[in-house]
Amino acid sequence: MMTFEENIEQYRSIIDDVSLPTVREWKSKHLAGKVVGMFPVYTPFELPHAAGMLPVGVYGAGGKVEIDHADSRIQSFVCSIARSTLELGLRGMLNELDVLWFPSICDVARNLSGVWKPNVPNQHVEYIHFPQNMMSAAAPVYYRAELQRLLGNLQSLAGQEISRDALNRSIHQFNRNRELSRTLYRIKSVTPWLLSTYEAYVLMRLGTLIPVEEHNRILQNVLPEIQNRNPKPRDYVRVMLEGGFCEQPPLELMQVIEEAGCYIVNDDLLLHTRWFEEPVPVTDDPLLSLAEAYIHRSRYSSVRHYGNKPRKEQFLEKIRENNVDGVIFCAPKFCEPALLDYVLLKDESEKQSINYLTFEYEEKMGTFESIRTQVETFVESVMFFS
Amino acid sequence: MSEERYKYQGIGRELQKQLLTSWYDRLQSAFGDGRKVAYLFVPGNIAEFLRVFDFELVFPEVNALQCGVRKLSGDLILKAEDVGYSSDVCGYVKNDIGMVLAGNVGPSGHTLPKPDLLLCTYCGCTTFIKWFEALSHYYNVPLVMLDIPYLREGKIEEVDRQYVVAQLKELAVICEKITGKRYDHEKLVEITRHSAEAEDLWVQILHSAKHKPSPFDSYFEAVFFMAPIYVLRGLPECTRYYREAMREIQERIDHGIGPIPEEKFRVVIEGPPPWPHFRAFWELLKKWGVCAVASSYSKVGGYWDHGFRHDPSRPLESIAEYCLTCYTNLSLPMRTDLLRQYAEEYDADAIVIHSVKSCRSFSVGQADMRDQFIRKWDIPTLLIESDLADPRYFQVAQLRNRIDAFFESLEHKRLVQVG
Ligand code: SF4
Ligand code: SF4
Repeated sequence: MMTFEENIEQYRSIIDDVSLPTVREWKSKHLAGKVVGMFPVYTPFELPHAAGMLPVGVYGAGGKVEIDHADSRIQSFVCSIARSTLELGLRGMLNELDVLWFPSICDVARNLSGVWKPNVPNQHVEYIHFPQNMMSAAAPVYYRAELQRLLGNLQSLAGQEISRDALNRSIHQFNRNRELSRTLYRIKSVTPWLLSTYEAYVLMRLGTLIPVEEHNRILQNVLPEIQNRNPKPRDYVRVMLEGGFCEQPPLELMQVIEEAGCYIVNDDLLLHTRWFEEPVPVTDDPLLSLAEAYIHRSRYSSVRHYGNKPRKEQFLEKIRENNVDGVIFCAPKFCEPALLDYVLLKDESEKQSINYLTFEYEEKMGTFESIRTQVETFVESVMFFS
Repeated sequence: MSEERYKYQGIGRELQKQLLTSWYDRLQSAFGDGRKVAYLFVPGNIAEFLRVFDFELVFPEVNALQCGVRKLSGDLILKAEDVGYSSDVCGYVKNDIGMVLAGNVGPSGHTLPKPDLLLCTYCGCTTFIKWFEALSHYYNVPLVMLDIPYLREGKIEEVDRQYVVAQLKELAVICEKITGKRYDHEKLVEITRHSAEAEDLWVQILHSAKHKPSPFDSYFEAVFFMAPIYVLRGLPECTRYYREAMREIQERIDHGIGPIPEEKFRVVIEGPPPWPHFRAFWELLKKWGVCAVASSYSKVGGYWDHGFRHDPSRPLESIAEYCLTCYTNLSLPMRTDLLRQYAEEYDADAIVIHSVKSCRSFSVGQADMRDQFIRKWDIPTLLIESDLADPRYFQVAQLRNRIDAFFESLEHKRLVQVG
């Protein structure tokens, strides 16, 4: 039997492999099976799942390929995830994906969906307009219709109806997945010495590449293993990461932050796994159920308008719930939603005398030494001066 | 052009200036006299609807562009960067927030009133939401959203139209509460009638560029001529303005005069102008006898030239359609196709794309558009880059080289063809 650590390293090699080994394996077992690629931050993965398809997270190339072709298509002042995702598409490295979904998170993702069509003509692309008027009684109706449209397209692709029961079964599986993720995150928040962010991240990221049932099994098995570890708690400061909701920071960056003396007790990485903080109700109208969950029960995020409860309030709640000593604002370079929100959240942190540190990252970063020094200095100032 | 024998020349610019000045005067005097003020975006602006409740309208984008023209944006952007805004985000947002931080003194020196209604007409650009969320923070006023679904399927979907109409009805209740005035449908009918009249005239002006030589520059002049249709639409003075402006254009047609002494190249321009260097940019093109015969930027706040009008017989539905079809809300393939159509309809020699560094909404995908124009349709296309608000990104020497090289080669091609 492999140890927990060995498993993590094996999963890491899977998530590092841009040739999508788990997807190829799935396709070899499901010969007529279709795969739906999903650009972050959140898309309704229950739909393809209910159609017997494999929903897969598309998170760019993480610095693993050179950007040669995409540079002539997308300017240099655009985040790396958009450019490297397009690069993978142009190189045919996403050909295993039959459909690609782009959510309405920002202008870049929106236009990328438009650039995709002429450049990767054989892939079916959908742009999903998520409702932004959270106060409107018409929003659930609108979004339900949008889900129905997506479902209709999946039905034509699958060549069969997708039943209400199938949708509810999928909702149930993903509710289970969210519950297990919550437990994992609770461990990280309450006993952060039991599980590093690097490990938690690898576990969660794997879930974007395999069927949800399999991921549920893995999480179910590792949770007791994690509880049984017994490393000594260290005198670290408890920090929350904010800003990495779409393009993911390099794994080394998370390790550097932790090595420099931080427990990352909460973060907004791979946000889709924790998009709903409560289970989505199983009802007679599963699409409406998903729509209402999106509108009324989504986690706060820079790419979703907040309705009547400003994001900064929800941000402060997260800080309090997790008993955080400081916030690390780390956003991808050129990510407008993160960079614009940063000012408001930073202001709020100042008002509440919450320590914070700020830096930007890219998929391809040469060295992390200057960030290490910044984090060390931050840790010292939090420990000794506050 | 403005010689004695011409009766109407210059009137479009002059009257526009007067109207905008009196609009800013009206805004400044709205302090404390009970008039309510709504902030909203130009694209998808529902001016007609808000006029039912007698709101005074403030358009932060118009302030930002005016600051650009008056060369105030550089300092305002720095002010916003001082409080933490990144050098990589939309210059309009920073310009506006810089203005708020500096006491909300507008580009014309008028102090602007705070919003009673902060209405985010989310019409394509997602930065709009972030922008108004920031204003909500700085003004401490709640944000009201009007969510306009993007034309992701290349056309208006019935469900999208219904969603927008439903939101308008909900908005009526909010407006009633803020202003204490009832929603009056007849008044809306009357206002949309004024809008449609002005729109007819505006389209005549836009179409005039089909003449050869064109009497009108559909980019460098249109950006001024379009102001009333965006900020004063629905008011009788807006229609009056376009009637006068049309006289100027007619006179130009009658006398064969145009925006440049000799039209040599007809182009379609895509993208917002570099406001702080507007004149300099124009000069770079004028030198080659370039006239813009159509542009996308003059459609940001409404796209009428292929037939849409506000419709008094179905005002709410037509307002919804107006919002849905603004240029900023068109999908990338729709934008590409529109520009191609313009090149054909207006018999243009080339397309010029001014790519704006801090506006990803416009610029991401433009390189691909260029590629398609050249490869699929054989339309010579020039792509140049600077910014709409941030003066630091305007590299005049570099731009001149690119522009000169492009038109030199077009000229050369022409000579070879003629030969
Ligand atoms: S990283 Fe930011 S800018 Fe880039 S696609 Fe994601 S949300 Fe958009
Ligand atoms: S359209 Fe461009 S300039 Fe206007 S708000 Fe959006 S990003 Fe900024």
